[in-house]
Amino acid sequence: MAGKTKVTEQLAYATILDKGMKVGLLMLIISFIIYLTGILTPYIPVNDLPKYWGMSVHKYLEATGIHPGWTWLGLVGKGDFLNFIGIAFLAGVTAVCYIRIIPILFRKKDMAFGIIAILEVIVLVLAASGILKSGGH
Amino acid sequence: MSRNRFILVTTVLVSLVLIFFGFALGTEQAAGTAAQASAIPWWVWPLALFVVTFVLGILAVLGGVGGGVLFVPIIGGFFPFHIDFVRGAGLLVALAGALAAGPGLLKSGMACLRLAIPVALIASACAIVGAMIGLALPANVINIALGGTILGIVAIMLIAKKSEYPDVKKADALSQALNIHGIYCEASTGKDIDWKIHRTPQALATFILIGVMAGMFGLGAGWANVPVLNLMMGAPLKVSVATSKFLLSVTDTSAAWIYVNNGAVLPMMVVPSIIGIMFGSIIGVKILAKTKPAAIRYMVIALLLFAGLRALLKGLAIWK
Repeated sequence: MAGKTKVTEQLAYATILDKGMKVGLLMLIISFIIYLTGILTPYIPVNDLPKYWGMSVHKYLEATGIHPGWTWLGLVGKGDFLNFIGIAFLAGVTAVCYIRIIPILFRKKDMAFGIIAILEVIVLVLAASGILKSGGH
Repeated sequence: MSRNRFILVTTVLVSLVLIFFGFALGTEQAAGTAAQASAIPWWVWPLALFVVTFVLGILAVLGGVGGGVLFVPIIGGFFPFHIDFVRGAGLLVALAGALAAGPGLLKSGMACLRLAIPVALIASACAIVGAMIGLALPANVINIALGGTILGIVAIMLIAKKSEYPDVKKADALSQALNIHGIYCEASTGKDIDWKIHRTPQALATFILIGVMAGMFGLGAGWANVPVLNLMMGAPLKVSVATSKFLLSVTDTSAAWIYVNNGAVLPMMVVPSIIGIMFGSIIGVKILAKTKPAAIRYMVIALLLFAGLRALLKGLAIWK
C-alpha cells in the first residue's frame, strides 16, 4: 500500500534493493576500470571489438567461440568477462528482494501475495538459469 | 539569458550535434568496408556512447520518459552495434535506472509494492517470452517492429491524456480480494489522497502484451505502464509513475537474464551506457527542479519520431 501506511514488506524490499543496487553498481564500475586498464587481459582484445559488435549475437558467439549461459563464470579471469559479475549481481538483486519479503508476507497471513512472490522468484530463477535458449536467425 | 536557459539550450544543441555525429559515423561504418571500419579507433564508440547516453539521460528526465525508450532506437539507428546488443544494453540501462530509483520510491511510499507485485509477475514472465522471440527474429523484422512501436509510442505521448486523480467509483472484486489500495500525501497540497483501482483483470491482460514488447525490444516499458496504471486501473498519476518505474526493475530483470544468458551483452557497450545515462539523469533532475520546459518534451517526441522512422526504414532496407 502506497503512502502514509508504509508496510513492512515494502520497507524491507527497499532496504535490500538500495544496498544491492549500490554494491552492484560499484562492482560494475570497478570491473570496468580493470577491463579498460588492461590489468586482466580480455577474452576479446578491445581492438577487435568493432569486428564483432556489428554481428548478430548468434554469429558473434560462433565467431568468438563463446558459449552462452553461465559459462562466463569460467572466464571471469578475463577483463571483459569480469564485468559480468556486476551485471549478474544487479540482475539478481530483485530475486533476493522477493526472497526477503516472502516470510514477512506469510507471517502476516497474506497468502495470495506470498504465493505470487514465490511464483515471481521461480520466474526470475528460470530466466537466470540459462535453460531458456533462443533460436538462431 | 538565465543560467537554466543556457543549460537547456546547450543540452539541446549538444544532443543534436552528438546524434548527428553518431549518425554520420554509424552510417559510414555500416556502409563502409572493413578498412573504413577499422579506420575509426575502437575507443571512439564507447566514448561516443557515454556522451550520447549522458545527454539522453538529461533529455529522458526532462522529457518524462525512460532511458531505455530513447536508448534503443537512437543507439540502434545511429551506431554500428547490432540490434541484438543494443537491446541487451537497453534493458540493462533501463534496469539500472529502475534499480537506482526503486528504493527511494518505495521508501517514500510513492511506489506501491502491492500494486506492482501481481502486475510484475505477469509482465516479467511475458518479458522472457518477448526476449526469446526477439533474439530469434532477424534484425530487419525487429527493426520494422521496433520502428512501428516507437511511432506508436510517439502517438501515445501526443494523444494520451493523464489524470492526476482518476475517479474510481468502486474497486473491482480482484483488487479488493488482493487488498490493493493506498493513501499518499500529495506534497503540493499537503492532503492525503485515498486511492483504489478498478479494471484489474483487463489491466493484467494488457501487461501480457507490455511484457512481451519490453522483452522483445529492450525498451523498458514506462511508456505503456503509466497509461495502463493511471488511465485503465485508475491509480493516481504520481503513484502510477513511481510504481511503473519500480515495476521496470522486475520486468527488465527477467528479460535481461535472457539476453545475458544468450550472449547478447557486451560490457564495452553496457557499462559506458549505464554510467552515462545515470550521470545524465542526475543532471536532468537538477535542471528539472528549477524548470520544466515543455519544449524539451516536444524535442524528445521529435527525436523518437526520427529514430522510429530510421528503425522502420532500416528494417525495410530503404535507409541502410
